[in-house]
Amino acid sequence: MPARDYANTRFSPLAEITRANVSKLQLAFSFSTGVEKGHEAAPIVIGDTMYVVTPYPNYVYAFDLTKPGASVKWKFDPKTNASAQGVACCDVVNRGAAYADGRLFFNTLDNNTIALDAASGKELWRAKLGEIRLGQTITMAPLVVKGKVLVGNSGGELGVRGWLTALDAATGKQVWRAYSTGPDNEVLIGPSFKPFYAQDRGKDLGIKTWPAEAWKIGGGTVWGFLSYDPELDLVYYGTGNPGPWNPEQRPGDNKWTCGVFARRPDTGDAIWFYQLTPHDLHDYDGINESVLVDLPIGGVARKVLLRADRNGYVYVMDRASGEVLSADAFVHITTTLGVDLASGALQYDPQKNPRVGTVLRDICPASPGAKDWQPSAWSPRTKLLYIPHQNLCQDALVSETSYIAGTPYVGADAKMRAGPGGNRGEFSAWDPVARKKVWTIKEDFPVWSGAVVTGGDVAFYGTMDGWFKAIDARNGALLWQYKTSSGIIGQPVSYRGPDGHQYVAVLAGVGGWAGAVVSGDLDTRDGSAALGFVNAMKDLPHVTKPGGMLYVFRLP
Amino acid sequence: MSSACRSTLLLLGLLCVAAAAQPRELRVCADPDNLPFSHEDGSGFENRIARLVADEMGAELRYAWLPLRRGFVRKTMGAGLCDMFIGVPADYERLLTTRPYYRSSYVFVDGAGARGVASFNDPRLRSLRIGVQLVGDDLAATPPGYALAMTGHVDNVRGFTIYGQGPAAQRMIEALASGELDAALIWGPQAGYFATRSTTPLELRVARSPASRADLAFEFDIAMGVRRDDRALRDELDAIIARRRADIDAILAAFAVPRTDLSWGPGP
Repeated sequence: MPARDYANTRFSPLAEITRANVSKLQLAFSFSTGVEKGHEAAPIVIGDTMYVVTPYPNYVYAFDLTKPGASVKWKFDPKTNASAQGVACCDVVNRGAAYADGRLFFNTLDNNTIALDAASGKELWRAKLGEIRLGQTITMAPLVVKGKVLVGNSGGELGVRGWLTALDAATGKQVWRAYSTGPDNEVLIGPSFKPFYAQDRGKDLGIKTWPAEAWKIGGGTVWGFLSYDPELDLVYYGTGNPGPWNPEQRPGDNKWTCGVFARRPDTGDAIWFYQLTPHDLHDYDGINESVLVDLPIGGVARKVLLRADRNGYVYVMDRASGEVLSADAFVHITTTLGVDLASGALQYDPQKNPRVGTVLRDICPASPGAKDWQPSAWSPRTKLLYIPHQNLCQDALVSETSYIAGTPYVGADAKMRAGPGGNRGEFSAWDPVARKKVWTIKEDFPVWSGAVVTGGDVAFYGTMDGWFKAIDARNGALLWQYKTSSGIIGQPVSYRGPDGHQYVAVLAGVGGWAGAVVSGDLDTRDGSAALGFVNAMKDLPHVTKPGGMLYVFRLP
Repeated sequence: MSSACRSTLLLLGLLCVAAAAQPRELRVCADPDNLPFSHEDGSGFENRIARLVADEMGAELRYAWLPLRRGFVRKTMGAGLCDMFIGVPADYERLLTTRPYYRSSYVFVDGAGARGVASFNDPRLRSLRIGVQLVGDDLAATPPGYALAMTGHVDNVRGFTIYGQGPAAQRMIEALASGELDAALIWGPQAGYFATRSTTPLELRVARSPASRADLAFEFDIAMGVRRDDRALRDELDAIIARRRADIDAILAAFAVPRTDLSWGPGP
């Protein structure tokens, strides 16, 4: 799986590459994927084979790591429907594959989950889970738990009702589906549902916290990373923002959007839920990953989950109960004043509530949030969470007339820009026990890549202008960097090769929501393009070009 | 082949044969499935206007089909696939637009249980089931969507997304016919077209901004749009609109487009 373990740590215990020798890292092999869109996937290594899923058209490559230059063992083309490209909101990305019992599972942009025989690349089954005509797509990496492939959907802006679906890993048949809105029986809320906070208790809140029928197309899609605690037997995942309604059209908390669910993998039964951002006003999808660790909190050992959320707070939660133990800002925040730990409620600043016809300045964090999809990494050695993230604010402007499908309206354009300090990105090390940022590296562009940290106390991430960087995990010192052919928004990984040596791999290939200005060749004069992100990224096309390329490094 | 060439065909036959070998093309960007505006089978009123414009230019009509969704200008005209849109809002900033050739409004479409509803202040709105279009743009709504929210109408409102089987307006009119809705707020040209074709009698009334939000625009001028630097084509289209105004009006009337451009008189 992309995160290496069920706990979502992205920690590799390998320690051949150390802080002392990482400066000698050199290219072992590279491979062009032939795809020009944003490459967000993690290469995953099983045995002697590496698997890579590309963005649309979602090719899967298997590389034989025992061969010189890691020759292509097989390539699979799922024949993804081309019209899915026009539906995806934020570039046609794919976040990777998952492996279990000789099978490789991945999702296509046109809503298929496909199982391949990992040895031969032969298709074993495919399950069609949605309709692109209805605005649905799938971009996330599945997670396989107890013989079930867990898959979530994308498209919250387009009237898609979010869900997490479990498929039988052997056959592809649907075992259960848990919606993020609607009646309890469709959200799979039953007698075992015991949310920690009062506001999450009550019958059919997935209906009652919405105007009468609004929940039917209410969003809450599931496109981030899932995690699983085998001991508690709970799967954790976040839900996306409510849509496609304007906030004024959907008064109420809009459950179960922008929150985190804990569910039983066998049945899908919800055990608890916590709403990070009730009645979302700023597109703060709650899809960010939960990292499962055990920590001493207030002197007591607790099973917690760590979430660097899109709304700007690092949450430390009791993962058995859903109680918020702490929530501290890791970026500059103006939209909210904090999280009340007694009630669990996010405290909005009413002065930053958007309203049509008004210009609202200094909305921080901007719509992509403090951290979007890009996954953080946890080191049990340094006890730090390594968070790749943004430092973006936005002004919500009343735009000129907009026009979609023959329907004129006045748009509300967001124009994003760098937050305080002028840097648009950061790579931060966060101490969840001391509840503070230990060090941070300021980056000019948003850090849209994932992170990995190793037993050698080296952390890796990439920048959108194409630098792949090795960092001293203890103090943030830059130890090594390599310039790739395109900006990096992928998930770096570390693995032990067939030769027994440690390797580090990453996909370059700029794109994604942040990099769509390059991969989608958007007009830099139109600051509102890519939902306002282009305004903050006008200089990116000058420093990088699209094109997927796998890079693999090792010591000499 | 220009009309000037046509009129001198007999005098300059050879020249015109040469020109005819490479006829001028009018490349129109259009949605393949968005009636009443356009359809790939040519049955929309924008198809008819495109034909009229092409004939007027003596040009061969070609289409670049793409659903008018996010990024449609970039993906069609921006990619060099076509040169004009037949109908866009007159102040649409992504394009250079002609003079408007019609003006319409969002309208109330009233079913049997909602006869005469034309205002957001109508007390009956509270108990009626109302349909509204959802544009699927973050933090934006259609003007009626805002107006309903502003006047406290949220619980009895049903949203129709632009993504789905067939145009949202068609699904709304079907919901009115089947009694699932009492009233709907729809952009005029779509309302006029689908209401006319409905077997259920429906009444259309121009929707006005609620008093509390007089700044909300419900009416929009519609013009043709070309590339921002293509002044020559824009000027040519302006001339055609002026010259063929009566024919364009007749096409719009045949499609029952509600018009609010009463002041739209003879050009200068």
